[in-house]
This record gives sequence, C-alpha cells and structure tokens, in this order.
Amino acid sequence: MDFSLILIGVAVLTALYIWSVYNGLATNKVRIREALSGIDVQFKRRVDLIPNLIETVKGYAKHEKGIFENVTKARSQLLKAETPHDKAQSDNMLTGALKTLFAISENYPTLRASENFKALQEELEDTENKIAYSRQFYNTNVKDYNTTLANFPSGFFGRLFGFAPEEFFEADNAEKKPIKVAF
Amino acid sequence: MNIYSQINSNKLKTWIIIVLFIVFITTILYVYGKATGYGLSFAGIALIISGIISFVSYYYSDKMILGMSGAKQIKKSDNPKFFRVVENLSIAAGLPMPKVYIINDSAPNAFATGRDPKHAVICATTGLIDKLTDIELEGVIAHELSHIKNFDIRVMSIVSILVGLVALLADFFMRSMWYSGDSDRNKGSGQTIFLAIGIALAILSPIIATLIQLSVSRKREFLADASGVLLTRYPEGLASALEKISSDKEPLEAANNATAHLYISSPLKNIKKHWFSSLFNTHPPIQERIKILRSM
Repeated sequence: MDFSLILIGVAVLTALYIWSVYNGLATNKVRIREALSGIDVQFKRRVDLIPNLIETVKGYAKHEKGIFENVTKARSQLLKAETPHDKAQSDNMLTGALKTLFAISENYPTLRASENFKALQEELEDTENKIAYSRQFYNTNVKDYNTTLANFPSGFFGRLFGFAPEEFFEADNAEKKPIKVAF
Repeated sequence: MNIYSQINSNKLKTWIIIVLFIVFITTILYVYGKATGYGLSFAGIALIISGIISFVSYYYSDKMILGMSGAKQIKKSDNPKFFRVVENLSIAAGLPMPKVYIINDSAPNAFATGRDPKHAVICATTGLIDKLTDIELEGVIAHELSHIKNFDIRVMSIVSILVGLVALLADFFMRSMWYSGDSDRNKGSGQTIFLAIGIALAILSPIIATLIQLSVSRKREFLADASGVLLTRYPEGLASALEKISSDKEPLEAANNATAHLYISSPLKNIKKHWFSSLFNTHPPIQERIKILRSM
C-alpha cells in the first residue's frame, strides 16, 4: 500500500513537471512571436521614413540616381521579407544603402543644413537604435527557449510535444566583416 | 560569477529571506497565542488590518511618492535624450513604455516605482541627466527598469506588509497584556514562560523585522544591478555612473527616510560608517556594487 502511494506521488510529480515544461515553452514561443512583431514595428517606422528622405535628398542632389535605386530596392526587399533571417539580411542591406546616402549627402552643404533633412536623419538613427534593442529582446527570448530545449530532461519532453529550436535574429557571417573604405 | 548566476543567486536569497520571515512570524504568533491564551483569533484580526493598510499604500504608493518628491511628468519633446534612453531600454527589456518624470534638483539620482510594469514610473533628477554621459545614463535607467521587470516594488510591498504585521502583532500583544493583566485566569507556569518570551519578542520583533526588510532591499539592489547590465551589456556604464553619483556630495532635498530605499543610490549621504549603522542601510555599499559590476 505504501509502495503504491509512492508510485502515485512520483507519477503526479512527473505529470506536474511535464505540464510546467510544456507551459514554459508555449509561453516562450508566444513571447518570441511578440518580440518579432516588436522588431516589425520598428522596421515599419524605418520603411515609412524612407520615401520622405529620398524626396528631400532629391531636391538637392538630383543626379545621385544609383543610390536612390539602391535604397528603394533594399526597402522593398525588407517589406517583402518573411523569415527572421531574410528580414535581418535585407535590413542590413538597407543600413548599408542608407550609409552611402548619408556619406554622399556630405557633399551637399545646403542639404546638410536643411532642417527637414536633419530631423529625418535623427529619426532614422533613433529607429536604427530601436531596431537593435528590439533585436536584443528577441534574441534573449530565443536564447531562453532554446536553452530549455537543449537541456535534459526538459528538452526531451519539449521535442516530444513538437517544439523545435528557433532562429536567432542575425545577419550572415559574410556581412559582419568590416566595411572596406575606399577613397 | 557571471551575470546569469548572479541573478539566480539573488532571486534565491530573496526567497530564502521571505521564507525565514514567514517562519519568524509563525513563531511570534505561536508565542503570543500561548501567552495570552487567546489562540490565533487576534492574529487574524491583525492580519486583516495590516493587509488593508498595506494594500492601500501599495495601490497609491506611486502617486504618494511622486507627490512627495515634487516630480513632474514629461513628454518626449521636453527632454528627447532622456526620453529616448527610456524608450530604447524598455524595448530591450520587453516592457511597456513607463511614464517618465523629472525632479528639478542638481543632485544626481533616479528611482522607479509603480505596482506593476503597466503602471510603472521612471524618475530622474535633472542633475543625473546633465552630469552623466549617455552610456552612464543608460546604465542607470537599465537598473531602474530592472526594478520594474523584477517586480521589486511588489516584493518590497509584500515584505512591508509582513513588517507591518509584525509591528501590529507586537502592539496588540502589549495592549492585551495591560487589559487582561489582573483577571484571575488560571495561569500555569508554562504560560508564564511564554509571557516572558512574548514580551521580549514584542520589543525586539519590530526591529528584527525592519532589519530583514532592509536586507531584502539590499539584495534587490544587487539583482537590479545584474539584470540592468543584461540590458545594456556594458557593466562599466553603470559602474562609472555609480562612482559619479557617490562622489557627488550634494544631498537630494526631495528625498527622506520614507523614500530613500527607492533611489538608485542612497540619497541621504550619511557620514557614519559603523557596522551597526550599516545594518540599517537601504542600499549596499557603493564600492561593493562597483566591484561586482567590474568583475562581470
């Protein structure tokens, strides 16, 4: 009789453990999705600022067509991107294109002096920071989730319920190389 | 010790303290019950009264504190630099944007309050915003946001409910002694012993309870330091901010004993450095905090 009581106790504890693992993972998964939509909010803000920026710069530097095209292309790619990986990559492209645009704007003192341009530049810088912070939040959540899945026995039960590791929000290694500066 | 294990050990220590507190209160209840012969009924009344008082003060704490310290709410356009730091770090912490307040005082300090992340308030003095670099300011704001994220305001309210309970129990016990003193109930020698212990406890327990409360407060400061660093990924920012804040000799006029525990570094700047007086500190010594931050 005592033995069966112990068995029941062990079974109940195991069930409680599995239940908490499942709930933990499910909660984490919701958080990851929420964090991803947090990044999307910042992307949207950035994407919305760009047509305005291009219009402003065009007013002063009409013939820099190649750069406008690059920025517009990167922007539409970011709009189309679906997976975190694609988003990270096209966001990096956009950052690169914008960098060139701002570098070239150095050649146009009247553009640099324009209040509108200054405000836009500041807004874009702020958005870039916010993207970085929302990425950090996303990656923290993915790290927690993936750690639970990598550990034993929580990972064993997690996989049993069909939870799979999530992707970090990162760009490809190739893009982490320092940017070459040519004069 | 890395940041993660730091956070875990801090959480564990806070819970150990709270469990000890509950054991402490149960012991007191047992002794008082035995000594008065009333049993637990008066403990129930004390619990209800202290619960109501604490709940009201918990619910309105943010408004009372902000009113007491003369803080004013700001919009983004009032101070874009400070506002953006709060915005960015709350994104990184995954918290809703807190309300932002400023105290017009040149002593650098900051605090966070609010009963949960949805009703949170971040408040800094103009001195803090002016004297710190951006990186140091980020470190301080991350520390304050961590207080919100770790539900420190809630933990500290639970602890203060417990402290209030201990004080009320002691008070009730002493009063019941005066009134039932000469009624000739049959007191055995066992009850006399409990009576003596009860009186000693009634005198000592409020002090002990306050000491426990302060040690929880200090643990939560370490925890907020560690989890703040997790947000900025840059311990040196907070370390050098703390150095600047502590080397600033100016006391914050808006702070008093009731609100001191909220600030990032004790605003009272007391000179005494005795082990006994350090038991009554709301904050751990700044040198120790900086040392831990630099070792991360």
